[in-house]
Amino acid sequence: MDRQLNILVIESDETRAHSVAEALASDGTCRVVILADTSGLGRRIAEMDPDVVLIDVAHASRDVIEEMAVATSPKERAVALFAPGGDTAFMRAAIEAGVSAYVAEDVRPEVLRPVIDLAIAQFATVRRLRLELEATRRALDERKVIDRAKGILMRARGLPEEEAYALLRKTAMDQKKKLAEVAAALVTAAGLLG
Amino acid sequence: MSIGTLRVAWVPLTDAAPVIIAREMGFAAAEGIALELVQARSWALLRDFLAAGAVEAAHMLAPMAVARAMGLLPSLPPVEALMVLSHGGQVIGASAALARDLPRLTDAAQAAGAIRSAAGPRLRIGVPFTFSTHALLMARWLGPGIEIRTVPPPQMAAALAGKEIDLFCVGEPWGTVAAEAGVGTILASGRSIWAAPPEKVLAARAGWAEARPEAAGALMRAVWRAGRWLDGRGNRGIAAEILSRPEYLGLPAETLEASLTDRTAFVLAPPPGPFFTFHDGAASFPWRSTGALIAAQLARRFDLPQEPAGRAGAAIFRTDLYRKHMRAAGADLPGASMKVEGTLAHPTAVASERGTMILAPDRFFDGWIFDPPVD
Repeated sequence: MDRQLNILVIESDETRAHSVAEALASDGTCRVVILADTSGLGRRIAEMDPDVVLIDVAHASRDVIEEMAVATSPKERAVALFAPGGDTAFMRAAIEAGVSAYVAEDVRPEVLRPVIDLAIAQFATVRRLRLELEATRRALDERKVIDRAKGILMRARGLPEEEAYALLRKTAMDQKKKLAEVAAALVTAAGLLG
Repeated sequence: MSIGTLRVAWVPLTDAAPVIIAREMGFAAAEGIALELVQARSWALLRDFLAAGAVEAAHMLAPMAVARAMGLLPSLPPVEALMVLSHGGQVIGASAALARDLPRLTDAAQAAGAIRSAAGPRLRIGVPFTFSTHALLMARWLGPGIEIRTVPPPQMAAALAGKEIDLFCVGEPWGTVAAEAGVGTILASGRSIWAAPPEKVLAARAGWAEARPEAAGALMRAVWRAGRWLDGRGNRGIAAEILSRPEYLGLPAETLEASLTDRTAFVLAPPPGPFFTFHDGAASFPWRSTGALIAAQLARRFDLPQEPAGRAGAAIFRTDLYRKHMRAAGADLPGASMKVEGTLAHPTAVASERGTMILAPDRFFDGWIFDPPVD
């Protein structure tokens, strides 16, 4: 991290909140904001725009954060779960099962910071997988469009498959466009012409 | 036969009754199960418990299981619905300000228009979770263009009072709690939008029921008998007493009893039939078409292809397991595993093994009919 990390700690117990904040701020790489009252949580997280949200694993407001993590949110955030006095067996199992967060057993600085880093790393992995999935999905969609455009050319001009494909590719190169774009334009045009 | 300990996660809501009653009225013990109930205060935690193997099964929002099957939730181990736990139980309430501006509500379609025009361009609706029957009902009734926000049910009254939301759709007892606190007016039952809205399912990790068939069968039968007991005459008052205990909901029995015994006062009169159904009308049968319908609605909301979503949603409603394990308990089984949803205006007899199956009305307020793709 080449800049300060903004961490939002959701915790209503003042003593615990402050010891967490101190532990996190001790090495000077994090800026910590504590939120005790969870009314209007979604809006407030959006306003504060933290990089990481740290919340108790059993906190009732977890579902609000869950909602923000579901695809529709413009900015994704890492969520670190915090199990004080930790049920470590459960959390280990949860992590192995793929829960995208990690947990501190207690509030020692040397434990907390690595936990946050792990949460960020895990978050990055999940995001990369999601982006890859999107890319795969897009590639599949493009393939479908190209196949349809090929079919249109084959029917309209009586070309064999390889020639239809070659024509599409040549047109794309001539126009300095992507093959999928040319194919999409052809499919749209064919649709308009009936 | 002794099954040993089975752990079931639940969220503090009235419709956790089937798993609580299965334990408290001895239906689990009769099947050789030492039933341990693990409370979760959020759906995220309940999901983590199930994913981590900290519990064998869970009282889960039906759309949550479907959303996981569609890849809309974090990539944890998939879950499936062994049976449906309840229909209904959703309360729709409005802020005092919104309720004041409403004309007389006559039916669900007119009410939707009245709410939209009274609330102006920005209608904010609190629901317990993104993937819930509540969110689906609100989208069907008032969408598009509404703002659906997750609010933990116990905070629904505060969110309404704090003007964070204008309207809510929440599971009992939290609608009654908001009304008792004097911050909201109970407008309608979810059943005014969809006469038989499936609400919770008994969910397990995919593969568990096959790996432990005796345990799965015993648990399903115990919960099914609890549901039958709950729909039996005169038992709801006792259920309210049990649920009110501190280890369960920790609220006055009267608060829970109102909706369990159909004494909730709705501004918009609901269609005939009980507010909660746990058993009658084959309520516990996990129709594959129900999974497909929920998936279709989610696909529309999240702009995903309909067909694969529908298939994924239908596949996790384990009609086959229900048939296998429930016949021995005396459950009547329908001839089909899919049905066209939304067509029944009256209780209707359908073909079943024992010839005793009568399905409850399941119409949508706008007459929408869902014809599931044939599998």
